[in-house]
Amino acid sequence: MNSVFSNKTAITIFVLPTLLIFCGIVLVPIFVSSYYSLLDWNGVGKGTFVGLNNYAEMFNDPRVLNSIKNSLLFAAASIFIQLPLSLLLALILASNVKGEGFYRTVYFIPVLISTVVIAQLWSKIYNADYGLLNSLLESIGLSHLAQDWLGQKHTALVASFIPTLWQYVGYHMLLMYAGAKSISNDIIEAAKIDGASRIRTVFSITLPLMRPILKVCLIFSVIGAFKVFDLIYVLTNGGPFFTTEVPSTLMYTTIFDTYRYGYGSAISVFIILECLVFTVIINKYFKTE
Amino acid sequence: MQVVLQKKRNFTKYIGKILLQGFLIIVAITQIYPLIWLTFFSLKDNSEIFSGDVAGLPQKFLWSNYTKALSDGHVLTYFFNSVLVTAVSIILVLILSSMTGYAITRMKWKLSGLTMTTILLGMMVPIHAALLPLFMVLKNLGLLNTYWALIIPYVAFGIPMAVFILGSFFNGIPRELEEAAVIDGCGIYKTFFFIVLPLVRPALSTVAIFTFLSCWNELMFAVTFINKASYQTLTVGMMSMVGTYITQWGIIGAGLMITTIPTIVIYLLLNKQVQKSMIAGAVKG
Repeated sequence: MNSVFSNKTAITIFVLPTLLIFCGIVLVPIFVSSYYSLLDWNGVGKGTFVGLNNYAEMFNDPRVLNSIKNSLLFAAASIFIQLPLSLLLALILASNVKGEGFYRTVYFIPVLISTVVIAQLWSKIYNADYGLLNSLLESIGLSHLAQDWLGQKHTALVASFIPTLWQYVGYHMLLMYAGAKSISNDIIEAAKIDGASRIRTVFSITLPLMRPILKVCLIFSVIGAFKVFDLIYVLTNGGPFFTTEVPSTLMYTTIFDTYRYGYGSAISVFIILECLVFTVIINKYFKTE
Repeated sequence: MQVVLQKKRNFTKYIGKILLQGFLIIVAITQIYPLIWLTFFSLKDNSEIFSGDVAGLPQKFLWSNYTKALSDGHVLTYFFNSVLVTAVSIILVLILSSMTGYAITRMKWKLSGLTMTTILLGMMVPIHAALLPLFMVLKNLGLLNTYWALIIPYVAFGIPMAVFILGSFFNGIPRELEEAAVIDGCGIYKTFFFIVLPLVRPALSTVAIFTFLSCWNELMFAVTFINKASYQTLTVGMMSMVGTYITQWGIIGAGLMITTIPTIVIYLLLNKQVQKSMIAGAVKG
């Protein structure tokens, strides 16, 4: 029996191809990126080793700092607007409301759509001449508010956050819904018998028991904000005047438009570290055990 | 008194329910209306888009936008490429990760724990990290502008999640089933392919859906590794299409719809399974 389940040949056949492709494409490149980040290199020939110079330059580069600030704003908006809204929807849907399945299905649809499509769609919604938003404003008599939403410095960042909110609210809703539904009905019933109001039950029973899933949502939205690329790349490509630039789009332009391979790699390493650090912090302050 | 109070309570309850439904319906409209608008948009011509009723139904349903997008706009090519790349990626992810997940969770060898940890580490790696090194490798191997330039990375980045999901399903299979198979004379391959794999069919479809969504919608690799129109996938194709048809919005709208429809159809058909797979993808601890 044991000889069957410890068949060395079978294990090799089962594991080796996966391990090779995984290490070659996912793991090794991280180390390679870290190495590139120590070079001054334009992709042609050999780069010169410059140590941590790229990192030093990064933290003095207003464009990098600005992109980091933007991604932090994205993260903050996700935490303080998207997650509470998702939570509210999840709690309502989990409370046996009429049409539960229908709403869950509809809210989730934007999650599945390619971000490229979403970005194109919203750039049409925001369009100054024939966009949906401006014509809606006109039809309710607020035409003085109509403007070029993505083209102006003071509206562009907010305007590019809203599609993300729209797209992922359903995703967080679904996760939280699943979390809320997994709470045993007995506990809720017991609270009811003890005379706890609905609101009280939510705050004292449901939310504490949902901690693990809330943590997952928190991590996802923060990391998602740091990694956001598709939407910005298609919607504004960082413009106007870098007001919507985020680290990933800056990394992309640095590498593929200005051919600063080393500097771009330093930014990509920064993104990985940023994600890692925040995951650890959230895990630490949001202990679930 | 009692009756009046009861009535009053029923009334507030009733109003509350209506308000709640109203709120849920407004959210539902917000979530779905932009897509309906896109559908209308894709059936209009320029003059109607620019001057007509922006929000309303098209006066005449211009299906020719779709045929134009498919033929002139290369959308058919993009579509084919997306289907090919996505399908091959899904098949490879399923084969590789089910074998590996099985070997790690159910077979006995020293390094299984370490292998699992290594692979799961991959779930934390943002694809940004690998972009430039992969670009250099693919360039040096002459693989840029081939299907493999997308399939190989998609498979590699799909593996961690797939191994995780399949692994936890394999763990749930009773040992006795495998042992009975072996006693009946099955070798390890037969046991795996004919006994174990059919048992985890739901997990396989979960992984397939997950892989479908990430490959079908992926942009960063697709835009970096492919610049020949004949190999572009829908996401990249849409971007170049916007450049070409800059003045013909209806056609672009049709292209966007063609990109979206397969996903929506799959979702509406496999609604529960899709939602399950998204939850499974998140609850990785």
